Amino acid sequence: MSADRDTRLLLIDTAGDRLAESEVSALPELLDARDLLVVNDAATLPASLFGLTARGEPLEVRLLEGPYEATTRAVLFGRGDHRIPTEHRPKPPQLAVGDAVHVGPDRLEVVAVSPRSPRLVELAWPRTRAARFALLYRAGRPVQYSYVPEPLALWDVQTSFASRPWAVEMPSAARPLRGALLLALARRGIGIARLTHAAGLSATGDPTLDAALPLPERYDIPAETVRAIDDARARGGRIVAVGTSVVRALEDCVAATGALRAGERMAELVLDAHTRPRIASGLLTGIHVPGESHYRLLSAFARADTLARASVLALREGYRLHEFGDAALLLPRIVDAARNAA
Amino acid sequence: MNWADTAVLITGASRGLGFALARELGLRGARLALVAPHAARLQAAAERLAEEGIGAHTIRADVGEKEAIHRIVGQAQALVGPLDVLVHNASTLGPLPLAPLLDTECEELTRALDVNLTGPFRLTRAVAAGMIVRGRGLVVHVSSDAAVEAYPSWGAYSVSKAALDHLSRIWAAELAGTGVRVLSVDPGEMDTDMHRDALPDADPSTLESPRVVAARLVRIFEDPVRFPSGARIAASAADEPLAHVARTHASGEEARS
Repeated sequence: MSADRDTRLLLIDTAGDRLAESEVSALPELLDARDLLVVNDAATLPASLFGLTARGEPLEVRLLEGPYEATTRAVLFGRGDHRIPTEHRPKPPQLAVGDAVHVGPDRLEVVAVSPRSPRLVELAWPRTRAARFALLYRAGRPVQYSYVPEPLALWDVQTSFASRPWAVEMPSAARPLRGALLLALARRGIGIARLTHAAGLSATGDPTLDAALPLPERYDIPAETVRAIDDARARGGRIVAVGTSVVRALEDCVAATGALRAGERMAELVLDAHTRPRIASGLLTGIHVPGESHYRLLSAFARADTLARASVLALREGYRLHEFGDAALLLPRIVDAARNAA
Repeated sequence: MNWADTAVLITGASRGLGFALARELGLRGARLALVAPHAARLQAAAERLAEEGIGAHTIRADVGEKEAIHRIVGQAQALVGPLDVLVHNASTLGPLPLAPLLDTECEELTRALDVNLTGPFRLTRAVAAGMIVRGRGLVVHVSSDAAVEAYPSWGAYSVSKAALDHLSRIWAAELAGTGVRVLSVDPGEMDTDMHRDALPDADPSTLESPRVVAARLVRIFEDPVRFPSGARIAASAADEPLAHVARTHASGEEARS
């Protein structure tokens, strides 16, 4: 899945409540040399494993986190694959503590079943971290999407700067930031800082669990990113979060600790229209429409009527909505910047 | 360089120069991800390092296979963190015993290019943008004088190494100013299994020990002023006086201008 054409960029001016259209390749001109982009550098895990129960029933295991520890939480799906929309997939066989999922020669034992949903389980992995990741990278595949019928390979779901594999689904907002664009941004003096956020599953097939999304997600903010953000703010630059996961990490950190601090934490914060972002000036994201959990987060940045007009424009003009689609930039005064650049 | 704060991936790390380099960097505290295709040899290498108190993670994979690349990079960065140093040391000689091009099978040439050239390209491509975002990184291509000289019967290996040298220079030109340094190093003739495969009758006393060469390479890695991005460096230059070194890598500078 390469970027076969320039990704379209819908500009949403969150101060003037105006809209304009551009392309992602124009980002170096749209932004100011004082601005700072903050990206999520998590690589995407091959978080989907197909296995069998002891009775030979097929099922799919989607991990909620990488196997850094000896047990991981996972959501079970029934027979079939991603070509069946998640909500129509057969229910998985009911597993109890002590049951196992057999993945090739390996065996993942159920050590806990959630009281919230029988699909949400905790699985025990091999003893060493190296053995766990060897198993996962041998047997796992990326989580697939029903609108992409051809199987996605591991490289299809990585951002260009993917580093530690923490995400179970691709932090897709950064997908258009490929090599030439990164170099062009750097040449313009626009800073790029990073954090790592374990972006979670977008759907579980269980309405009870789906209602609880996003679940708490781990993130790590490096000290040099805290410094880069402080410096950008001190010089009057804007902090442009690339993707909702970056917004969640930055704002959770401030909400939980009162300041932006380096280190690892679990993001509990769920942003909505009542949240006033304190670090992110705006964000680069995919095209989101009403009803998605990401859309709710956008309402922390823009008025409801502005977002509604943006959705109408995106649908009318044929913007691509999904993880491999087009992009939107929500930022104060961005429409004027586009006029000046043009 | 503060090696204790550095994550390193080395391909072809189970023996020869790759193993010696893992040992040198491990003794300095680097976090190591070692890649090699043979599980038993890789395990033995990790055990030998452990005897010297060096911890290393091992990833069994063949860098010549496209499917292996993101598995390597994903496992490595799960185990040692974001990669700071990438050493493309794995190589295959092509036909063995060495053969003239007239007797080199097309598949043998393709395989040499897959392992010695395309694998390094793919690995760097999967890692370099992360290095750009972090503002630092070192990518090392292990070359050979066969990249420069036209030795009969070394055809498949030679053309792959000549292309690897140029790949290194182009990466360096494209990544100039990003903090990512790209080098090509010619280790010279060493007493290794690979050398015995190529030239079984060579007198070992005329060959360098991989340990000595690995120590030279570390001095090269640690000196970006004498050995800047884009340079092609003979490992022996680490032991030479400054004036001579400046002349040797002038060609690297020209390639970038």
